[in-house]
Amino acid sequence: MSNAALGAPLPSGADEPGKALEVAPAIPKKTDISRAWFGDKSFYAIVVACGTSVLVIVGLILYELISRSDLAWKAFGFKFFVGQDWDPVNDHYGALPFVYGTVVSSLLALLLAVPVSMGVAIFITEMCPRRLKTFLSFMTELLAAIPSVIYGLWAIFVLVPLLRENVEPFLIKTLGWTGLFAGQPFGIGMLAAGIILAIMVVPIISSMAREVMTAVPSAQREAVYALGATRWEMIRMGVLRNARAGIVGGVILGLGRALGETMAVTMVIGNRPEISKLTEALFAPAHTMASVIANEFSEATGDLYLSALIEVGLALFVVTVIVNILAQLLVWSVTRGMPARGNG
Amino acid sequence: MGVGITVENLNAWFGKHHALHDVSMIADANKCTAIIGPSGCGKSTFIRCLNRMHEVIPEARATGSVRVGEVDIYNGTSAVQVRRRVGMVFQRPNPFPSMTVFDNVAAGLKLNGIAPGKKELEELVERALRGAALWDEVKDTMKKKSGASLSGGQQQRLCIARTMAVEPEVVLMDEPCSALDPISTGKIEELIFQLKEKFTIVIVTHNMQQAARVAEFTGFFLMGRLIEFDRTEKVFTKPSDKRTEDYITGRFG
Repeated sequence: MSNAALGAPLPSGADEPGKALEVAPAIPKKTDISRAWFGDKSFYAIVVACGTSVLVIVGLILYELISRSDLAWKAFGFKFFVGQDWDPVNDHYGALPFVYGTVVSSLLALLLAVPVSMGVAIFITEMCPRRLKTFLSFMTELLAAIPSVIYGLWAIFVLVPLLRENVEPFLIKTLGWTGLFAGQPFGIGMLAAGIILAIMVVPIISSMAREVMTAVPSAQREAVYALGATRWEMIRMGVLRNARAGIVGGVILGLGRALGETMAVTMVIGNRPEISKLTEALFAPAHTMASVIANEFSEATGDLYLSALIEVGLALFVVTVIVNILAQLLVWSVTRGMPARGNG
Repeated sequence: MGVGITVENLNAWFGKHHALHDVSMIADANKCTAIIGPSGCGKSTFIRCLNRMHEVIPEARATGSVRVGEVDIYNGTSAVQVRRRVGMVFQRPNPFPSMTVFDNVAAGLKLNGIAPGKKELEELVERALRGAALWDEVKDTMKKKSGASLSGGQQQRLCIARTMAVEPEVVLMDEPCSALDPISTGKIEELIFQLKEKFTIVIVTHNMQQAARVAEFTGFFLMGRLIEFDRTEKVFTKPSDKRTEDYITGRFG
């Protein structure tokens, strides 16, 4: 078998060593070696430079943020992050309302997006007919490609009026007794931001979840079925349980997106630097760290004002890092001691 | 206690591919029935029809009648109920990697709502692990170690314990030793002798010596048809069909 396969190229191969021997001395040996040496070295240098540039960029950003926010840091110290008063007129700045806005809008987004994403992922991987599968996966991923300003526009012209005229009055009327749905139905505000963020985050979480769920071996599914499980029990025990580390990872990716999302949020959150009462938190306008930077940097004429904004940026940077570290720890705590996707 | 299985005119398809043709046979209660035949002859498809696992594959379907005890599993009952009574051990060990050894065995019990009390659960798990000859090897670590951390042979016995724990009446084994070394294979074969006291066993195997060792009855499949079904010693010594003889003497397959 192997002889037959080698049979054809052999004659030509037998010719070539002779030729190569004659030709070889004609090539200047030295250049060849130095060319190889130079090529190797320069390639190595380029690749190393590319690799380290990632670290350098992060380092430089951090350095710039820290050095430029120095003024605000010296003026307010740690009080900057617990102060609730954001007053450019009197040059007094406290960033707590933005931290609050970012955290609450992102958590609200996850609260809405995670169940929907799980539903999307479960439907696509476990239930939908094969032909629809590709189409649906494509469509959910397409959602992620829509520019956020488009989401913002849609939210302003469709979502916000809907919230103002129908959803929020309805919630106040029917669920007002829970104490979570009080205040004025502005439309614009925390709820609108949370919903629009949720829509933007669903494709991220669901495609991640879909991928890890598809990766669960069918032997795992069959093992659960063979124990007399219903389809839902099979999904819970055979699929979700095995994929959970990856699903948590997807949720974290979504959180990262929600924390930093600027444009769409700025357009619908109302941009008011206030921490509202808990009962009115959902409907009240708010401000996020990203939206305050986007809104105010162009009018930040004073040095302290600009420095304060940059310090908000630094805080956003740090919050994002902390969230990711927490998330990573969470992933480790679930995956530790067991393979995330084991055996066939 | 095990119950017998009566198969009549069983046909199975994958999409348009007709994988099983009019199979009829009887597997006696508390006996081991072996299914042999060359690769692709439909033996795995056949036993997957016995607990309705066949239909888990998209576009797969089956017709005919399969009675487990008195119940026709394709008529007036649900796949979930069928699989609860007819357990299955797969070709490759497939413990749940994200569960401990203990939880692996308890999984089926919890699913089926058996033994809500903690003490009963522990007893049932111990009984299943002892039944699968795994207890001594895992008793100290079973609540810490993951099911995937065991060796291949231990994993397969864990899967047997998991299947036994819900106390089915029939246990189907789809080439349970093909991924295992000879020593682990020997242990599983010993186990099959004990399991027969409690369950009816149907085992698919590529290994004819294994069939001869563990099974009272043997069925030979070829191209989706049951060619011969008889007492094991008869099939291996005086087969009535020429094709069976060719296969067991190694002339093809």
